[in-house]
Amino acid sequence: MPRSRKPKLAVWKFASCDGCQLSLLDCEDELLAVAGEVDIAYFLEASRAVVKGPYDLSLVEGSITTPRDAERIHKIRRASKYLVTIGACATAGGIQALRNFKDVNEFLSIVYATPAYIETLKTSTPIADHVTVDFELRGCPINKRQLLEVLSAFLHGRRPNTPPHSVCIECKRRGTVCVMVARGTPCLGPVTHAGCEALCPSYHRGCYGCFGPMETPNTASLSAWWQRLGASEEDVVRAFRGFNAYADAFRKESERHEQ
Amino acid sequence: MSNKTRTIKVDYLARVEGEGALFVKLKADRVIDVKLKIFEPPRFFEALLRGRHYSEAPDITARICGICPIAYQMSAVHAIERAFGVSVDGPLRALRRLVYCGEWIESHMLHVYMLHAPDFLGYPDAIQLAREHREIVQRGLQLKKTGNEIVAQLGGREIHPINIKVGGFYKVPARRELQPLAEKLKWAREAALETVRWTASLPFPEFAGDYQFVALRHPDEYPFNEGRLVSNKGLDIAVDQYDQFFIEEQVPYSNALHSMLADGSAYLVGPLARYNLNFDRLSPLVQEVAREVELEPPCRNPFQSIVVRSLETLYACDEALRLIETYEPPEAPAIDIEPRAATGCACTEAPRGILYHRYRLDERGIIRDAKIVPPTAQNQKTIEEDLRRFIPHRLNRSPEDLTWQCEQAIRNYDPCISCATHFLKLNIERE
Repeated sequence: MPRSRKPKLAVWKFASCDGCQLSLLDCEDELLAVAGEVDIAYFLEASRAVVKGPYDLSLVEGSITTPRDAERIHKIRRASKYLVTIGACATAGGIQALRNFKDVNEFLSIVYATPAYIETLKTSTPIADHVTVDFELRGCPINKRQLLEVLSAFLHGRRPNTPPHSVCIECKRRGTVCVMVARGTPCLGPVTHAGCEALCPSYHRGCYGCFGPMETPNTASLSAWWQRLGASEEDVVRAFRGFNAYADAFRKESERHEQ
Repeated sequence: MSNKTRTIKVDYLARVEGEGALFVKLKADRVIDVKLKIFEPPRFFEALLRGRHYSEAPDITARICGICPIAYQMSAVHAIERAFGVSVDGPLRALRRLVYCGEWIESHMLHVYMLHAPDFLGYPDAIQLAREHREIVQRGLQLKKTGNEIVAQLGGREIHPINIKVGGFYKVPARRELQPLAEKLKWAREAALETVRWTASLPFPEFAGDYQFVALRHPDEYPFNEGRLVSNKGLDIAVDQYDQFFIEEQVPYSNALHSMLADGSAYLVGPLARYNLNFDRLSPLVQEVAREVELEPPCRNPFQSIVVRSLETLYACDEALRLIETYEPPEAPAIDIEPRAATGCACTEAPRGILYHRYRLDERGIIRDAKIVPPTAQNQKTIEEDLRRFIPHRLNRSPEDLTWQCEQAIRNYDPCISCATHFLKLNIERE
């Protein structure tokens, strides 16, 4: 069916490192083709030209950590037909969600001489805690090939194909020998969502959970295996308290080992 | 011009990494206030590092910045290695230089082609620029891709690499694995040369400053990971002395701490500083090209930083090729690490300038205290001072034009706001 106009794409930033939106600019071979298919209406990292909403697709990077941002996300939701969150900050609160386990005032006073100048919330929370999200793309950072899949899917009115199985399946598919079995290296692969193409084990290190929990992960069993390999309770807490610390399954598992 | 106060406001600065705003207040033709407001939400890295294991520091600090994660990883591993009393040399040291070359190429080419060049040519972004100059933008994208391929080969992926560790790497490449990179780098070196000639032909505003340039200086190399901290105004200290010579101050309007010299004066870090202080350490090819485009140091016009970034990219391609040609794999991918209770610090040259890390660790290797000073925090004061001098001569311009020029003056520094709070909205107020 001929399109009367190009769909409008917006890219929004909240508390984050900019890496996930950079993934779009890192699609060096595809960027100009993408720009030919969509109207890049709001993408401050790339352009000073701003087109008013509403937008057909909003990509949201980062977590909600300030009162101002907690309001801003509602405006973005209202102006967007579809809203897709990209990356661990937007889908789970990010590494900055470690404050959720502590007193934020202590964090403030460690970094700033005059904490009163800083406006911040006690928690760092995912976008879905605040507004309805149409799709969540995992990863710290996201995989740029998956980002292109998400863009392509939404432009064609279909669901993105991003498998929810564990990193283990990706290791098997690329023929990587299991680092936990063969080398005794603790690995979060069995409970971690696929998407990175099992990168760490292919570099002889254990997965550290960039893509967050997979569907129905057996975290308790994995922790027991880690401890059999010599990991302490502290090590287990730290492992689950990484870039997806506030994702439900990882949060509960770290809290279980903290008592 | 009336005697009223006017303000120039840019509410969200574009084509910078992170969120910031600019506020300028004018009374008659005098600039009475300039505030570079960084409202990027704070993420408290220095606080959340406490209690983490030393081996996690390179992975965690990488997340401060998606554009220059290697810089964070390099400063982290070097600081921790200093605390533990070890140093990495030979092929592992060469590989660290190589991966840093990749990040410089990727980050500089992103800034030169996608963020900075559109200003000089009057386009809002590189996508619009590509409509009329597709080959130019394609060249930039392919150069950037070459840098990313180096980082991905050695680091596992471009953003937040997974292969950097205290002591070395998790896995090192075989010689033949680096050969495909060498082929691409030969093309990239030519493309970088064309980039230098192209950027040198851009129109530059007449503007210069008497800056205090601060950069690392190494006895015989262009600096990446090692050297003394030197300036053009007599500073010459070991990195360990950083805290005695530089201070950080919190200002009410910004979430990023401002850095300054102990006497309160501003200083400039980044490509201009490195170039002016280390020109004699560049490869003969780069020195020759610099003379050809008539940009020998000292270069004091920050708008010309786009040419210097291109020259540094040419150097990074040249140096990466040299490192690949002379590479012999090490016996082990990393040296052994024995934690001990100690404090260690390091400075490395991030694409945007010196990045300082300091860690206090306990005998089990747990981080007890961390301090991180990113380059953009160090340049904030200089950016504000540039604007104070830049605006008065341009008050007859239309508000839109003046605002754009102010944005461009800020983009000269390739500010990374995500790092600095760990940037920009323009407000010009005229009374």
